[in-house]
Amino acid sequence: MRVKAGYLAGLATLAVCAVIVHAMPSGGTVSGKVTYEGTPAKQKPIDMSKEPSCAKQHATPITTETVVTGSNNTLDNVVVYVSAGVPDENAPGQVVKFEQKGCQYIPHVLAFQVNQTLEISNADQTSHNIHPLPKVNREWNKSQPPGSAPISEKYDKPEFIPVKCNIHPWMHGNFAVMKNSHYAVTQGEGGFSLANLPPGKYTITAWHESYGDQSQDVTISGSETKTVNFVFKAKPY
Amino acid sequence: MGKFFAVILVVVTLASAYPIVTHKYVQPVDISTHGHAIDEQLADTMAEGGFAFVGAQLLLAFFVWKFSSRKDGSKVKHLPGGAKLVVATAFILVGTEVLALGVLGQKAWADVYFTPPKADALQIQSQAGQFAFYFRYPGADGKFAPLHPDKIDEGNGNYFGLDPANDVEARDDIVAAELTIPVNREIHLLLHAKDVGHSFYVRELRIQQDFVPGLDLSLHFTATKTGKYEIVCTQLCGLGHYNMKAYLNVLPQEDFEKWLKDRAAEQ
Amino acid sequence: MEEAAVQPTHVHAPPEGFLRKYVFSLDHKVIGKQYYGLALVSVFIGMVLSWLMRFHLVWPEVKVHGLEVLSASGAPGGVITPEYYLSLLTMHGTLMVFFVLTNAPFAGFGNYFLPIQIGAEDMAFPRFNMMSFWTTFVAFVVLVLAFFIPDGPPISGWTAYAPLSAVGKDAGPGLGWGQNLWAISIAIFCIGQLLGSLNFIATTLDLRAKGMTLMRMPICTWAWFITSCIGLLAFAVLLPACLLLLLDRMAGTSFFIPSGLVVSDRLQNHAGGSPLLWQHLFWFFGHPEVYIAILPAVGIVSHVLITSMRKPLLSAKVLIYSMLSIGFLSWMVWGHHMFVSGMNPFSSLLFSFPTLTITIPATIITLIWLGSLYGANIQINSASLFALGFVSMFVSGGVSGFFLAQPSIDIYLHATYFVVGHFHMVMGVAAIFGILSGTYFWFSKMTGRMMNDSLGKLHFWITFVGTYCIFMPFHYLGLVGNVRRYASFVDDFMAPLMPVHKFVTIAAFVTGAAQFLFLYNLIYSRFRGQLASENPWHGTSLEWSIPSPPPWNNFGDKHPVIFHDPYQYGVKGSKGDFVMQDSPEQIVGG
Repeated sequence: MRVKAGYLAGLATLAVCAVIVHAMPSGGTVSGKVTYEGTPAKQKPIDMSKEPSCAKQHATPITTETVVTGSNNTLDNVVVYVSAGVPDENAPGQVVKFEQKGCQYIPHVLAFQVNQTLEISNADQTSHNIHPLPKVNREWNKSQPPGSAPISEKYDKPEFIPVKCNIHPWMHGNFAVMKNSHYAVTQGEGGFSLANLPPGKYTITAWHESYGDQSQDVTISGSETKTVNFVFKAKPY
Repeated sequence: MGKFFAVILVVVTLASAYPIVTHKYVQPVDISTHGHAIDEQLADTMAEGGFAFVGAQLLLAFFVWKFSSRKDGSKVKHLPGGAKLVVATAFILVGTEVLALGVLGQKAWADVYFTPPKADALQIQSQAGQFAFYFRYPGADGKFAPLHPDKIDEGNGNYFGLDPANDVEARDDIVAAELTIPVNREIHLLLHAKDVGHSFYVRELRIQQDFVPGLDLSLHFTATKTGKYEIVCTQLCGLGHYNMKAYLNVLPQEDFEKWLKDRAAEQ
Repeated sequence: MEEAAVQPTHVHAPPEGFLRKYVFSLDHKVIGKQYYGLALVSVFIGMVLSWLMRFHLVWPEVKVHGLEVLSASGAPGGVITPEYYLSLLTMHGTLMVFFVLTNAPFAGFGNYFLPIQIGAEDMAFPRFNMMSFWTTFVAFVVLVLAFFIPDGPPISGWTAYAPLSAVGKDAGPGLGWGQNLWAISIAIFCIGQLLGSLNFIATTLDLRAKGMTLMRMPICTWAWFITSCIGLLAFAVLLPACLLLLLDRMAGTSFFIPSGLVVSDRLQNHAGGSPLLWQHLFWFFGHPEVYIAILPAVGIVSHVLITSMRKPLLSAKVLIYSMLSIGFLSWMVWGHHMFVSGMNPFSSLLFSFPTLTITIPATIITLIWLGSLYGANIQINSASLFALGFVSMFVSGGVSGFFLAQPSIDIYLHATYFVVGHFHMVMGVAAIFGILSGTYFWFSKMTGRMMNDSLGKLHFWITFVGTYCIFMPFHYLGLVGNVRRYASFVDDFMAPLMPVHKFVTIAAFVTGAAQFLFLYNLIYSRFRGQLASENPWHGTSLEWSIPSPPPWNNFGDKHPVIFHDPYQYGVKGSKGDFVMQDSPEQIVGG
């Protein structure tokens, strides 16, 4: 009788362990910080006087966003992604949003996947004409008068695409079209975290619109967290 | 029905002349040193043109009233003087008036185009590009750094294509989105087109000049009143042409100097 | 060339078969009607485009339901984007100037009536004539195709200034294939016009009937002849200009594009070109072109007025010499479109003097008309109302030109609505009035039926008052400094002017609606109009001596012989109050 109970307890424990193991995130995580060394270029305030309806939305003028930094030399708006080691993935059904508000692109860098639906909206009282400038994808530009419906678009090849507004020259942003779901954009304190990586060898690439890209290789075995940091050289001009 | 035509024509003529005669639609106040000559020319032309317009329309109305659908048996007759009178009127009256205005109008044109800018005029460069105007001041060294079109980076605020890394003179150049100038000081505005044709028009300054890609053009003017005025693009330059403008801020000398210092600190 | 030799044989055989009779016809009368029909289609398209423009300016957020079907990117959800507004503007101008104002008064009526009025059987080169129409038709199709392509119609205006029109798609939407189609269409149009002009000149010089000296030709014939001389030289310059533009766009040349241009973040790979070169080439054509648009109307109106007044002009010869002077001076003034363009400012003064001088012959013409009305016996009908209306519009449009001819004033008025008001008054109203007057006058000759005169008069009243309501306010807007070619008025400066714009838009809708009365009258009368006699207006020129409509060879087997000029009205001792040109009846004291 005691042997049977023991078996049962053992089986139950195994079952519970199996359940727990199954529920736990499988694979490892690569996380880290992106920082810079040197003096980054000064970000200049943007004079929106030619568009009064946008100018008055900013109590103090916003600045250019080509180099956005945080405390301790951290660098924001860096796209960190797995450039080799995972297979390409189909696009998720979720829509990503890119907003034109106060004559600014929000967010400044938008990362999304190949064939994922991108929705661009205009919250301003002025027309915008959004003009992404790809090199491999199809180029288009579209006007959006105030109050018009959002524009839906897709890109079918991975690429970093600068985006500008044809009507407001100071408006600049970036699309990062990714081929898999393992990417993050550093925000706030330059940190990023790429999870759910099965065991294997990976190349992690960090891309910044002004400083180019850097890559590092990392190997994940099991469910560990590996730290990978990137340091970019900043220049005053 | 001929009489009805005459009546309608008189009504239309008087209705057309009314807003002009009552000065309902006039140019905004002139803030320039050369503008009064243009305004005078315009007023003279309006008076003569207005007289010709009203006179001709009323004469047409009168003749149609009197000489249309007359009772049968009315004999047609000819204007005494005939064609000779017409030709004489046209040559002597109209011809001399018209040419006189042409000759007199030269002065206003010469003030803008045939007088060189003063040696101590404040030089400012203006760049027109789809769809905004930007302005550059030479900074403490008094020199404009060379422009490098391949270095233009609007996301970074480098609208002109300056290269401060390699050109020392570029480091103190001041770039602004508004044309701020001191009052009563002659400005020598250099015009540079970045992409396609544009034009610089300030109604109150009575000044208009195209930016031509590839040509070094310039304007000079003096603003005599402080205030904020629109600079609008008047040469079709693409979809954003309607939204291509900047503001001209005319400030007292000390305020201008302070503004320039503040802008220099931002560069 | 006092008396031209008459052709001993027929110019072409009588037409047989549907295609030869109605489609690829060699008969100048059919070709004239084809041109007129093409102009009619173009003018209604152009008018609808202007409605869309006016609508958008005062109600920018209101949707035009269905427009998104024509252009999903230009008018998403039916709301007109800034680039689509500029497309409407470009196509409106191009259609109106080329396909209406060059087609109808010159190619349309000129083709139909010039050979008849000189006593000829047909034009000198009937095959060239047929080719000229079909070439023009192909040009029309190529242009309209631009509405339906993904790149969309062009946006650089009917003037297509470089480098905007030359650098290609980088400069924005509407500058892709639409701009190519524009340049191709206009180049083809030029070829059609060159063929037509050659024909008019050869016919006028060589095919006049016995007794038809040059000075005995009706004034409208003179106007067509002068216009064709201008056209031959003007279109000969526009054609290469369009070809150079196409080369810059498609073959990497740099006729109009200098180096160092950064368009939409892209450095352009061009060097050495001159944007001003395009302007000089275009306006060297463009200014004579506006006289091509107005002179035939001047001729038609003179012709209608003489017949309606029942008396000759004070001096037809003086009027003809004035038209010749205008034709001559028209070559020397093109720079007045470029006073502030960046060309040498001394040139601007040089151009302004001949421009001001044109006022003299234009004044002579106007005073001849006015002076001739004195002592007349004006018969009021639709045709004469439009002719009298033309005189009024010619004065209005001419006076505003007087402002713009002075460079110092042009500094302020250039590129404002004042200019838009000026050219619409002379081209968009006066020239159209000439076409309408000619239509009401000659419809019976062309179809054998009369147009409904009451409907015609109603059409006149609404159009006359309506066009003053639309275009006179443009001058006021210009004086205040309202800039032209703006897709929207977003500045605070414009807010007090919006009521004027609303008034103009409403006037445009009402006036435009009245044109459908005209269209209805045209179509109804063609099939059900009262049958017309040979000479319902008691005119003296040769078209009134042949049946309505005329037989295929105009004069049948007769060869008309001319005895005097076409101004024998109010003639003492004649049986009626007029004597026809081919009547040997003696002029007594005339």
